[in-house]
Amino acid sequence: MKLYEFESKEIVARYGIPVPRGRVVDKPEEALQVAKELGAAVLKAQVLVGGRGLAGGIKIVDKPEEALQVAKELLSASIRGERVERILVEEKVCIDRELYISLTVDRAARKLMYLVSEIGGVEIEELAKKYPEKIHKIYVDPNIGYVDYMAREALQALKLPWTLLQDLANIMKGMYKIMIDYDAELVEFNPLAFTCEGKLVALDAKIIIDDNSLYKHPELQKLYGREFSGFERKARELGVGSYVELDGDIGIICNGAGITMMTMDLVYYYGGKPANFLDLGGGVTRERIKKALTLMLSHPRAKVILINIFAGFTKLNEVAQGIVDAVKEVGMKKPLIIRFKGTFAEEGMRILKENGITEVYTELDDAVKMAVELARKM
Amino acid sequence: MITMGILVNSSTKVLVQGITGRVGSFMTKMMIDYGTKIVAGTTPGKGGGYVHGVPVYNTIYEAVKEQGPIDASVVFVPASIADDAIYEAIDNGIKVIVAITEGIPLHSEIRFINYARTKGVVIVGPNTPGILTVNECNISIMPAFLFKRGSIGIVSRSGTLTFEVAAALAKHGYGVSTAIGIGGDLITGLDFIETYEMFLRDEHTEGIVLIGEIGGDAEERFANYYAKLEPKNKKPVIAILAGKTAPPGKRMGHAGAIISMGMGDYRSKRESLEKVGIPVAETPSQVPLLIERVLGK
Repeated sequence: MKLYEFESKEIVARYGIPVPRGRVVDKPEEALQVAKELGAAVLKAQVLVGGRGLAGGIKIVDKPEEALQVAKELLSASIRGERVERILVEEKVCIDRELYISLTVDRAARKLMYLVSEIGGVEIEELAKKYPEKIHKIYVDPNIGYVDYMAREALQALKLPWTLLQDLANIMKGMYKIMIDYDAELVEFNPLAFTCEGKLVALDAKIIIDDNSLYKHPELQKLYGREFSGFERKARELGVGSYVELDGDIGIICNGAGITMMTMDLVYYYGGKPANFLDLGGGVTRERIKKALTLMLSHPRAKVILINIFAGFTKLNEVAQGIVDAVKEVGMKKPLIIRFKGTFAEEGMRILKENGITEVYTELDDAVKMAVELARKM
Repeated sequence: MITMGILVNSSTKVLVQGITGRVGSFMTKMMIDYGTKIVAGTTPGKGGGYVHGVPVYNTIYEAVKEQGPIDASVVFVPASIADDAIYEAIDNGIKVIVAITEGIPLHSEIRFINYARTKGVVIVGPNTPGILTVNECNISIMPAFLFKRGSIGIVSRSGTLTFEVAAALAKHGYGVSTAIGIGGDLITGLDFIETYEMFLRDEHTEGIVLIGEIGGDAEERFANYYAKLEPKNKKPVIAILAGKTAPPGKRMGHAGAIISMGMGDYRSKRESLEKVGIPVAETPSQVPLLIERVLGK
């Protein structure tokens, strides 16, 4: 789960890492008030999507009075499709150099890793492509944690004066503590400013919490799901599985992440476009498939629904019952194409056919081709 | 019977951690029916009874004392306490731990996987369908009846897609030596390289199917490694990758299936693999055709 910049900065500040003075507001008048206290200010749209700066989500006002109008505009804007509901108003910091630092997980090494670069303010993706040699990696053993030499190494990579060693060490130690205390998968300052006064300040802060650890943090768990809207949110509320909205017209319900992605890929391969990704996960019950199908039957863009269940310890007779339940309750509003394979497939198919659901296949390719063809005709 | 495959075979003695739970008990029955040597189970506080004829103990220490050394364990323990179970298995000398559990906290995983590696213990998973050496040992939640015995090794980041590929192979007469799920999380105990090295040492495995997906760079790293192998260390590999059409920045079901930090997209994986002579199937039904091509039979 991603945290907003202002939430990340509240945490960061509590760990003694310098951040610019400022406040988060949701009304233009409040923005004006804060700007008056600060003088020259930066207004930053609080959104979870990346690339905010390029999309016009960050504005500088040299005179506090301008803050009212700028805040009005920002608060009525959308950044890459995400509505701006809050802005962070901060003091304008005089920047000598913009640096990059993050603590993240290196999947290959199975360890935590600091990434530092003397080039900050650009997205790390771009940096990695253009100047991979400018990124310095420092691995952290999970059973040892942060050690001071790491700050000396980072200081060198960042080309900072020796006098800042203690400050940088405090920042890196703080990042490690946040990573562990909050079960984060990323703590990133981009940029970390080397200011005209010779100080280090986290100008931007991004924290991503490990979803699997949210249960340990009730205050954060409450917030889970807020980055989702529409059907992504509904699917989460119903607890039917993992849902991602796409822009096509073939509704997809499968069991297992790999097979759901592959089914999506096959829909494209045969010339169609999926409306969504819905992975029911393992052990699909009658109730879960019923809820999932009911949801997808109400999807405005999905013209046909393709259900692909490859059953290991899922029982396809139960899945068939769930499908029949949904159709009986809300009606067969759109064509269903079903592919069953595995445990109790024959019984499942019999139940479907007895209840008037006839587009039932054993081979995945056949089912996908039929779904694409039907969607095209409609 | 000649034993084959990697990590587990017909003589592997297996312990089930969380044997009295709903899934643990159901899967224990499936594994026993397949012929797996399940010698003991544990559930703290429920020791003394039996599940499908398997003695249940409160601790692994007690299980080992009564049953002798145990080779492998399978973990059906809830995510929040799975690390505890895994440490117990490591510290009691179990060398292969199959962590089926999904949803284990990331930092726990980092710690126990690093600990296991220092102890020479292999963690299969977490968030894995498990491992199956066909007709010998089933430590998995896979529908084992779909797998025909043969000479193809399967290494996968996915569960159901593995079943799909196994079914496609069987339809064309290809059997499987061992099918192993390395797990769908950000961090896993094994990667493609380490698993390939095991298949390389198994004389019964003639070709390997690598089932990858978006997220991370495990496929790219394998391609680089494979390119540098001496010809005598090269067994034919083909791949299939899920998530060609997945949007960036979205987690596609698995914790590890996310294109992030400019890494992990389909194209980069496919190009890396094809560049080093590993053909990539677009659909599961193409897998046996590619296998036929690389094996020349």
